[in-house]
Amino acid sequence: MSASYLEATARERILALLDAGSFNELLPPAQRVVSPHLGQLDAPVSFDDGVIIGEGLLGGRPVMAAAQEGGFMGGAVGEVHGAKLVGLIKRAIRKQVAGVVLLLETGGVRLHEANAGLIAVSEVMRAVLEARAAGIPVIVLVGGANGCFGGMGIVARCANTVIMSEQGRLAMSGPEVIETANGVEEFDSRDRALVWRTTGGKHRYLIGDCQQLVGDDTEAFRQAAMDALTALAQSGAPELTLAALEAEQEMLRRRVATFGHAEDPMDIWAELGVERPETVPMLEAAAFTAMAQGLRIPFKA
Amino acid sequence: MSQTPIPSQVDWRALAQTLFPQGQQITEKDHFLSGTAQVDDRTVTVVGTTGHTPIGIEIALAQASVILQTVREHPGRPIVILVDTQGQRLRHRDEMLGINSYMAHLGKCVELARRQGHRVIGLVYDQALSGGFITSGLIADACYALPDATIRVMGLPAMARITKVPEERLTELARSNPVFAPGPENYLRMGGVAEIWHDDLPQALSAALATDDNADTRAAVGLERGGRKWAQRVIQAVANDVPLNG
Repeated sequence: MSASYLEATARERILALLDAGSFNELLPPAQRVVSPHLGQLDAPVSFDDGVIIGEGLLGGRPVMAAAQEGGFMGGAVGEVHGAKLVGLIKRAIRKQVAGVVLLLETGGVRLHEANAGLIAVSEVMRAVLEARAAGIPVIVLVGGANGCFGGMGIVARCANTVIMSEQGRLAMSGPEVIETANGVEEFDSRDRALVWRTTGGKHRYLIGDCQQLVGDDTEAFRQAAMDALTALAQSGAPELTLAALEAEQEMLRRRVATFGHAEDPMDIWAELGVERPETVPMLEAAAFTAMAQGLRIPFKA
Repeated sequence: MSQTPIPSQVDWRALAQTLFPQGQQITEKDHFLSGTAQVDDRTVTVVGTTGHTPIGIEIALAQASVILQTVREHPGRPIVILVDTQGQRLRHRDEMLGINSYMAHLGKCVELARRQGHRVIGLVYDQALSGGFITSGLIADACYALPDATIRVMGLPAMARITKVPEERLTELARSNPVFAPGPENYLRMGGVAEIWHDDLPQALSAALATDDNADTRAAVGLERGGRKWAQRVIQAVANDVPLNG
């Protein structure tokens, strides 16, 4: 069934992602494992601490999946939230499942749990890399209203595959943070078009930070995740290698050398050979990916 | 907090001389540190930053390059990451070019080194903040800190603005709760810092490099030390079906 991924809740997304009836939630809200820190700040808690985790099937293959709920503290990572993600990834390694699928929607570290949140994000990052070393591919989906920011923006790029919608945003520091630190001339956070051009799925797809771009549709995300899982199962090598990281080093070096002087992402798109960069925002996902064919920088993480 | 004067910066050369009495060949270029040093009659790679510099895409890439070169040319050589940063660089250009990908790349290079048998340790000798810390000290096998180091996500005034919790309340909480305070002792209690090196730095470094354990035990250590009471139990419950009690 087709529905907007952007508008769906975390629970709706994870249920739409996995094969019907296959999802088995771990530490469900009924167990009430909540943040031990929010109460001291008189902040509300959530019975799942803003992340739904569990096991299920994706296209018949056993996977572990997690979905962050942007509606609770912007999906930010606290002690329990982060530990649920780490535990899930370790479970994936123990059970040798076919993959881990992370539906990320997050501002990064939950400031209410500052230091604990920062360490938690680091633990998630190391767990993702541990999964890859153990031969378990990791797939990240980004298409929620809050985007994927902060340390979790780093975590996303530690995965084998990043799948985004055009509405999805992937970056590190949010525009508001940059504007606060360095002024509106540096980054005007109210210029939504600029924010989208800089952090949005199409830009990430064009420069090689996102392997697949889909429309804002839960079924499209499911199909892309299944395809990615199949491709990763066939290539059979999710772990990091010196050769692959040297290739990434060169790709990132070339990116600075080629686009380091660009003022606006549209300059980069033009440099890539996009004929009318100003029309990119209007293109539907299918028309966009067809246009980007041969122009984008393809890169396997 | 806002009245606190900016602490003077640690001179990395003085630190390097104290830390590596057998000798070091570290150079600084635009706040980026790289080179080698001698520890227990063997050579180690040293990489890091100084001057509280923000980590932008160029420095992240330069650090990754040193790690990859070490893995390629010097199998097994230990790597010491010297940490002093105000965090990731807050510029539109960095975000446009995908700074998170540069940071992730650096983290993946450290992970590769670890997997290939390089011991990797981090030392916060001055300041460590948020994104600049995740891909330096926190991605190492173990992270250590000097007693006067500052480690935090962000300053309390900024945290107060974003969380809408009054700064006085956060300052109060920071006294008793390791979650909010910026000192290395709090990261120690939570497992994020393995040890604080008070004296005899060469001996501490030698012991850290001799440790042969690269598993991520921070959550377990955080529980043992009482700074993070839930992380390890939740991880165990989810990963290994260990019942959560309490």
